[in-house]
Amino acid sequence: MEFALSEAQRQMQDSLRSALTRACPLARVRDVADRGLARDDAVWAVVCELGVPALLVPEAHGGLGLSLLDAAIAAEELGRRAAPVPFLGSAVLATIALREAASAEQQAQWLPRIATGEAVVGVALCEALAGAGAGVQLRDERLHGSSCFVIDAAQAEAYLLAAADGSLYLVSAEAPGLHRVPLLSIDATRPLSELHLDGVVAQRLPGSDARTLRRLRDAAWVINAADTLGAGWAMIDQSVAFAHDRKQFGRAIGTFQAVKHMCAEMASELEITRAIVWYAAHAFDEKPEVLSLYAAHAKALLGDAGQFVARTATEVHGGMGITDDLGLHHWYKRIGLNRQLYGGPGWARRIAAVEQGWARI
Amino acid sequence: MDLRLNSKHEKLLERVRAFLVEHGHRSVPTIPGERPGPRLLAWQKLLLEHGYAGRTVPRDYGGYGAEPDVMEQHLITEEFTRAGVALGIGNQGISMLVPTLLELGTEEQKHAYIPATLRGDLVWCQGYSEPGAGSDLASLQTRGVEDGEDIVVNGQKIWTSTAHEADMIFCLVRTEPDAPKHAGISYLLFSMKSPGVTIRPLKTMTGRAEFNEVFFTDVRVPRHQIVGQRGDGWKVANATLKHERGYLANPGLLTQRYAELTRLLQDEGVDDPVLLDRLMQLQGRVLAQQCHGMRLLTCAERREDPGLAGLITKLQGCEVRHQLAILATDALEESGLLVAGSPHARANGLWQERAMFDLGLIIGGGTAQIQKNIIAERGLGMPREPKAAV
Repeated sequence: MEFALSEAQRQMQDSLRSALTRACPLARVRDVADRGLARDDAVWAVVCELGVPALLVPEAHGGLGLSLLDAAIAAEELGRRAAPVPFLGSAVLATIALREAASAEQQAQWLPRIATGEAVVGVALCEALAGAGAGVQLRDERLHGSSCFVIDAAQAEAYLLAAADGSLYLVSAEAPGLHRVPLLSIDATRPLSELHLDGVVAQRLPGSDARTLRRLRDAAWVINAADTLGAGWAMIDQSVAFAHDRKQFGRAIGTFQAVKHMCAEMASELEITRAIVWYAAHAFDEKPEVLSLYAAHAKALLGDAGQFVARTATEVHGGMGITDDLGLHHWYKRIGLNRQLYGGPGWARRIAAVEQGWARI
Repeated sequence: MDLRLNSKHEKLLERVRAFLVEHGHRSVPTIPGERPGPRLLAWQKLLLEHGYAGRTVPRDYGGYGAEPDVMEQHLITEEFTRAGVALGIGNQGISMLVPTLLELGTEEQKHAYIPATLRGDLVWCQGYSEPGAGSDLASLQTRGVEDGEDIVVNGQKIWTSTAHEADMIFCLVRTEPDAPKHAGISYLLFSMKSPGVTIRPLKTMTGRAEFNEVFFTDVRVPRHQIVGQRGDGWKVANATLKHERGYLANPGLLTQRYAELTRLLQDEGVDDPVLLDRLMQLQGRVLAQQCHGMRLLTCAERREDPGLAGLITKLQGCEVRHQLAILATDALEESGLLVAGSPHARANGLWQERAMFDLGLIIGGGTAQIQKNIIAERGLGMPREPKAAV
């Protein structure tokens, strides 16, 4: 038995970490946030260069054919830098849906271009994944209705949607009758939109069913959790460094136990969750029978641990913690989105209970 | 990530399962603080013969002599725990002193003590904490003064579980009063029947005396009863504490407690959504620690230092263990107040008792606050607190 990242995974982690440290300093994040951009093109170019959008695309379609654990490693590094690039929607959820439920033509049309980063597919699955039904119905072969909290939408060529019939559909971003409204959320690094559909022509993914949706939900939960793991550690590292440098009462504040214990609690609460994130990601490919239980717990644990780290790290920084100048709030907000999107910790725990017959939805 | 077992481990697992089916019914649990009775001694003997106790202890010292393999030990513990079968005698002599002697004892000490301790014939207690030396253990004041071939011990120890049943004590004593506090301590082994040893039971909030106070008045200990060098006792004790912290946070035990808790909630017909959410919170933490345990296991197999990940297990494990008991007492509502022997008591008051006992575990073996200092200073590299002026 080997419960650890492989050598190749560690190398990928290292190269992503150093590349993103160079390519995505706080200034890039701030720029995207201040100007309300959908993404940072320079960071996106680096991420594509490193093959991040290709991770889950099968090799037959020009991808790397890797596992969700590899995607989770990438998510952790993106979270660590609060990287303003599309990932969860296009490179994870749309890619998995295409891989597992699309026709050969659909796969050939989209997967190679997703892998290079040339195409981005927005994902409108929030209602379906968070257990709120679907806001979109199929009538006369066309989609009607609306979907909220759409991710990776701004530069998308197409959208993946779930309709009330439980199937997945692709629609072109240029399709007549489709209207996108940007939402303004706390997290500027991954903007959200709303889609309105008034008789939009759609292509069904022929293999899509309730199981596909469950797997997409579980994958989204694991990737959200992994992003928080990285973002949370970025906040802890920054807090520890600040506690070294900042002096009050003639001492580095890191020598005070009150401050030290805040840092220890953050590290303890966050690091204890790393292994279950790995395990849940591994289960996606290797142990599908336990995936939902572990993905739900990973999402709930990181939702709570992330929130604790986000507020505590802010407090360690004292008054500066809440300023825009410091910029720590970008991570606070990133963690906030990871916690709320596709159901908060309470909802994820409810799914865990349902999985084991403790409750009904 | 590869969670499959290799063929060696698969075969071991088959042997363990066959053993449990054949002999599991003969198992006898260790009752904390009590001397092993004849049935437990017989069970321990069987386990030693099959290599499920003293597995990696060399045959010369009464063990089974297997090559150290952390995965094997993990599988054995996990299978026994899952089957609800006691893994032989669990006491501080076996879990702490034996590994310490193997690492740092003389040949004479190993032969004299390890076989009898493994068999359960020799029962030990631990003499570390003192009324004035808890978290600051190195400030201990029990004195050992050389007199001829002996060291004469005077002082007091506290939190000494099993002292009233123990044959021997492994004890920290200040032998070099002028040396810096960490450098002046020796690790001594001596008989609890020695003249000058007095024991007073220490009753705790559970109503039972799980601990004792032990007083030493001119207790004479031969000099060769020191483990390691004179004055090196702090180093020797740290080897032991390392074993204790692993012992206090066993994720398999949490899994077992969680399963017990779910059975209780099912039996009581609990369907309150708030309690259910709390149960799921705890399940998440138990599963996380199970996965964390596998991560540390792989580190141990590869002889990699797990770093910070290794420093958080005691803090996390003891907290969740306590919370499991607290949830059980909440779920039992008013009945949860009733203690052993009361009419209407559930599970004989076990969960209230556990909640209180497990609170002690959060404090014992390095308090949660000391754990946080260690996590911050060793794990995160934060600066140490300036030394107080003496």
